Amino acid sequence: MSAPNQRTRQARDKINWIWEWANPVKFMWFSGLVLPWLIGATVLVMGAGLVWGFFFTPEAVNFGSSVKIIYVHVPSAFMAISAWFMMVVASVIWLIRRHHVSALAAKAAAPVGTVFTLIALVTGALWGQPMWGTWWAWDPRLTSFLILFLFYLGYMALWAAIENPDTAADLTAVLAVVGSVFAILSRYAVNFWNQGLHQGASLSLDAEENVADVYWLPLVVAMGGFMLFFVTMIFIRTRAEIRLRRVHALELRERMADA
Amino acid sequence: MIALALRDLRLAIRAGGGFGLGLAFFLIVVTLVPFGVGPESDILARIAPGILWVGALLACLLSLDRIFQLDFEDGSLDLLATAPLPMEGTVAVKALAHWVTTGLPLVLAAPVLGVLLHLPAPGHLWMFITLLLGTPALSMIGAFGAALTVGLKRGGLLLSLLVLPLYVPTLIFGAEAATRAIDGFDNTGPLMMLAGITLASIALLPFAAAAALRINLR
Repeated sequence: MSAPNQRTRQARDKINWIWEWANPVKFMWFSGLVLPWLIGATVLVMGAGLVWGFFFTPEAVNFGSSVKIIYVHVPSAFMAISAWFMMVVASVIWLIRRHHVSALAAKAAAPVGTVFTLIALVTGALWGQPMWGTWWAWDPRLTSFLILFLFYLGYMALWAAIENPDTAADLTAVLAVVGSVFAILSRYAVNFWNQGLHQGASLSLDAEENVADVYWLPLVVAMGGFMLFFVTMIFIRTRAEIRLRRVHALELRERMADA
Repeated sequence: MIALALRDLRLAIRAGGGFGLGLAFFLIVVTLVPFGVGPESDILARIAPGILWVGALLACLLSLDRIFQLDFEDGSLDLLATAPLPMEGTVAVKALAHWVTTGLPLVLAAPVLGVLLHLPAPGHLWMFITLLLGTPALSMIGAFGAALTVGLKRGGLLLSLLVLPLYVPTLIFGAEAATRAIDGFDNTGPLMMLAGITLASIALLPFAAAAALRINLR
């Protein structure tokens, strides 16, 4: 092999190292290796954030102890959107690079994201009842989350309905991409449609007025915990999906051998 | 392209159900609502634009699975896929045919049915305008949903679940534009957003729908 040729290959390898992790065997090896650590870290950080938030923060004026629900509400709302975002990225990777692990990871993320959305809606309702005097209001944020929930349901239903796994992965990926455009559009439409009760973002980095530090720090820890929990769930669920594929392949092979 | 459009239109008219079914459904929805909320004219007048929009949207939904399903079953969709006309063009023409057979009758019927709901005077014109602007987007988005579910045996219900969330922005801006006009406010904002959604759907969604169809025909 000539020298320039080798150099181009080296350059390509430098760019492409990340795709090696899309190899199912390598993914299984790596995820199996880090999974125990990940579970441990999740239990530690999530537990710390929640215990800190629930038991060691002062009760807020006007809010009483009901304020503590934000340690579940805000992280799940944050993760509900992040999970969709991750699904879209994984779907695009699948559409372009055809890495099966990517498609399976998107599939694995959907139920987790759905549950996060549901938790955000339910805890929001529980909180809204004493604070706003209503379980539900057609407020932009609430409405957007309800719509996001519907998008998750449609996405999962499409996965469940199609038998051929590759076709299902392709179609759901297209749906995820088109759906997110419409989800963002809905967000703006809903904003336009009704000005809400919900407070503005309490955590954005550029905001001048954030929640007081006493509440903010445990909240950030809880959010980190929820994120770790999400990553752990994705790893576990993707591993399960890969094993499921292998079982299918083995069954097929056996049936072929019998015939 | 023109031949395909004419063929689809002819099929829809002669096979029956194209024009009639959606319109009849629309009429029934508009008739049922007063039974549900009571006959007081001021309440009906307040919710009339919303009812007409939701009714039109549901009527549009009814006939979506016909866009590709029949052609998929008898194999003509495969022929269309191998025809010189690109798939994107096929999708756009089929969405257009769906709009002419379903959307356009709804647009024409809405001002008339508005009478049943005591729609205030300028509302008739505005229902016509907003629906005229919005229903092409409904057909195009619906064609995308139909392309996703074309290979499925029981795709109808799933199609509704997929398409309805996508209809949210169109519905919001359409109903908002009509309501504002009736209440005497300026409605250029929602009207322009509505037109923008329609144009963007027509420009971009054929590509997504064609991709979905190619995957389904693979």
